[in-house]
Amino acid sequence: MATVQEPTVALGDKEELISGSEAIAVACKLADVDVITAYPIRPYDTVMQYVAKLVANGEMDCEYIVAESEHSQFEIVKHASAVGARVFVGSSGVGWMYAFEALTVTPALRIPMVAMVGNRALDDPGAFGVEHNDALAVRDLGWMLVWVDTAQEALDTALLAWRIAEDRRVFLPCAIGCDGAFLTHSQALVRIPAAERVREFLPPYNRGDLRLHPDNPITVAPQANEDWVMEIRKQNDAAMRRAPQVIREAYADFERIFGRRYGNPFFEEYETEDAEVVLLGMGTLSMPVKVAIRKMRKEGRKVGFVRLRWFRPFPTEALAACLGRFAAVGVIDRDYSFGSPYYSGVVANEVRTALYAAPQRPPVVGFICGLGGREVTVPNVREMTDYLYRAAGGERLVDTYWIGLRE
Amino acid sequence: MDRSYAVEIIYRGIFQKTLAKHISRGLVLAAAKEGKTGISFGRYGDSPERNGIPAKNFAIIAPDEVTLEESMAQYEPKQVDVTVVVDDTLCKGVESWAWYGLQPVNRLLGPGGKLVVTSMLGFDDLLKMIHAKDVPYELAIVRGIPSFSGLWVFKDDHTDVRILGTIARLVPEMLSLAAIEAAIRDEWKDELKVTSARKAYSRVETTVVPPGVGNPEQPYAFTLPGWREMPEGIAIRNIPMGGAITDPVTGQVGGYRAAVNPYFKKFTTRTMRPVIDFEKCIKCTLCWLQCPDSCFDVTPDGLYDVRMESCCGCGVCEAVCPIEHCITMVNESAFTDNRSQWEMWKADREGYRAWVAEKISARPERAHGFRLRGLYQEQIKALAAVGLAPGGEEKVGREDTTEASAGGA
Repeated sequence: MATVQEPTVALGDKEELISGSEAIAVACKLADVDVITAYPIRPYDTVMQYVAKLVANGEMDCEYIVAESEHSQFEIVKHASAVGARVFVGSSGVGWMYAFEALTVTPALRIPMVAMVGNRALDDPGAFGVEHNDALAVRDLGWMLVWVDTAQEALDTALLAWRIAEDRRVFLPCAIGCDGAFLTHSQALVRIPAAERVREFLPPYNRGDLRLHPDNPITVAPQANEDWVMEIRKQNDAAMRRAPQVIREAYADFERIFGRRYGNPFFEEYETEDAEVVLLGMGTLSMPVKVAIRKMRKEGRKVGFVRLRWFRPFPTEALAACLGRFAAVGVIDRDYSFGSPYYSGVVANEVRTALYAAPQRPPVVGFICGLGGREVTVPNVREMTDYLYRAAGGERLVDTYWIGLRE
Repeated sequence: MDRSYAVEIIYRGIFQKTLAKHISRGLVLAAAKEGKTGISFGRYGDSPERNGIPAKNFAIIAPDEVTLEESMAQYEPKQVDVTVVVDDTLCKGVESWAWYGLQPVNRLLGPGGKLVVTSMLGFDDLLKMIHAKDVPYELAIVRGIPSFSGLWVFKDDHTDVRILGTIARLVPEMLSLAAIEAAIRDEWKDELKVTSARKAYSRVETTVVPPGVGNPEQPYAFTLPGWREMPEGIAIRNIPMGGAITDPVTGQVGGYRAAVNPYFKKFTTRTMRPVIDFEKCIKCTLCWLQCPDSCFDVTPDGLYDVRMESCCGCGVCEAVCPIEHCITMVNESAFTDNRSQWEMWKADREGYRAWVAEKISARPERAHGFRLRGLYQEQIKALAAVGLAPGGEEKVGREDTTEASAGGA
């Protein structure tokens, strides 16, 4: 898609028509993952099915363990990673929630687990469509969180995720948010890099001093009483604070080796150079938003879009500096935080916080849109832009607007 | 090609899932052969795929990435250039758990759009089912019986490539036959499939359907409630109990008819329906007891009348009925309404007897392909014997189990 600059030379890539889920599975193969666990739930299950096929066809050599629940799934890979195996795991919606206890213990043990969250509405009502609340629930647990837009970006970001998570300076789990249906179930042409280039980009996982092995006699996860907790948390914090630098290095190396350029790793800017107002959102929102922006620009409305990729670590200073240039910022949340300040979405609250200490603080208008997989339409985007121009004109819009809701 | 093209593939969930995927993939792969781009996706959801319920795939073909984005900035296309219908009984319309009301099968076609149906029926029979439209469109028939298989097992009878060849003929500005052939060679590595695509290209039958021609019925629809009108707590009001039925002829009151959800109907989930010979019925209650959807009403005279708005055509009633041809499953395309058979019988016994005889004799049962082993081969033989099947042209054999994806919640 337009977000990725194509390499000038083919670099031995081959092109295949695959879905976002299949792109993640292909990344597992390219990264030569050692242990994968599976438990079915839509939309994540299409990844495990494709991985199973790769294993069955002899194209991929890994331990493929079908767990009896999501909770066990995440525990299995946690232990596998502790002994030095490169791991992959994933889930969606309430499955991810069922694993929550296992998800909380992973960062404290500094396990570089790469997980895919096929974003799905939380039950009830049992909808299969995208909503980001599932992945965002681990916001405060020490997980790195990144959202992708296209199948190509899904494949590339998975490779990047192992590289970043397995860096000794980081050693934190990383979840890749993939929008249910729009990304997981759409087939697009994806450039698949040659295995030798992936080997160059992604060194073998080396757990070093933390590897649980008879040659390295250590105990992992003993009972830690009250005297230790603050220090453990601070270590996690230090690792998360080191992550941005590792992310920058990894993306630079990615461009050098694969030729695909993502520019600023943390967020993508679209038509922002001369924009008066901007919208901000994550994941596959960018398709309708970009198309609406192209249409509105023809009518003389200078609207831009910022697509946030990395949500944890949050690119506070860079994002504040970027957003400070505009007369108003609209945040589109495909999630909601009940009872939060200004009854906002999660991302809107983060953006407001990021701006608070910034020298330039444009008004932030929150939009709740596309929950449960509802379509975000071009007219929806126009409606949001109208609010932004009102805010830019000095009107105080502190409330959060629900766009596309049946009144 | 200066704009994007959209193709919609309407199929029976589960039974034709892989077939539909082959078609939409094939289109995008062929587009890539011509330096174009595209995307292939399903109308996302789980429920529609569970029981032969109508489901949809889409392929969008565009000259470049930016044009593709323009077309993809929506959940699914609001207008398509081609609608492919891989089971002719779907011509009655599309309703499923993923969308609401009944969609005419040609709803998304723009003026001059192409409706491609796999069928052994003629244009007139298909147009009895297809709802009339206010713009002209082209109707094309790809001769063949529906390519049904049990669950996700794909029946490789070349329906996929025959559809691809047909589309190349109908919309040459979107894709050339050469591109389709190249894509088939690459994807399936089967020269026989290329031949099938080429044959379909040269054999397709088409007619232009003028505005207003077709089934005049107004499809049922309803309005989704706003957030203030909906009951809180995802509470759904109980449907009231049913009650006795009045005999339209004698006035006798009795029996029991269950009340049903007024919005959820299963008219178009059927590929066949039960035809009941009330004179053979011994009132054993087995159909009433075994029907998974509780379709049977008990009439005041103790008979069992099937309620068509609830019947999904599974055939369990026929299977459990101890009397031969008391309940007979008949191809859904043989019917143009959903009247109560019991009321028809009460009103005119002689006429009804003739009606039953005609339905049973002219319309053999259809199958989802898993009712008994070798059924498909038997069907082909039977159809070939009366000149309805090409006879030996369709390849039956390699079964490919791909894409099992119903697992989980």
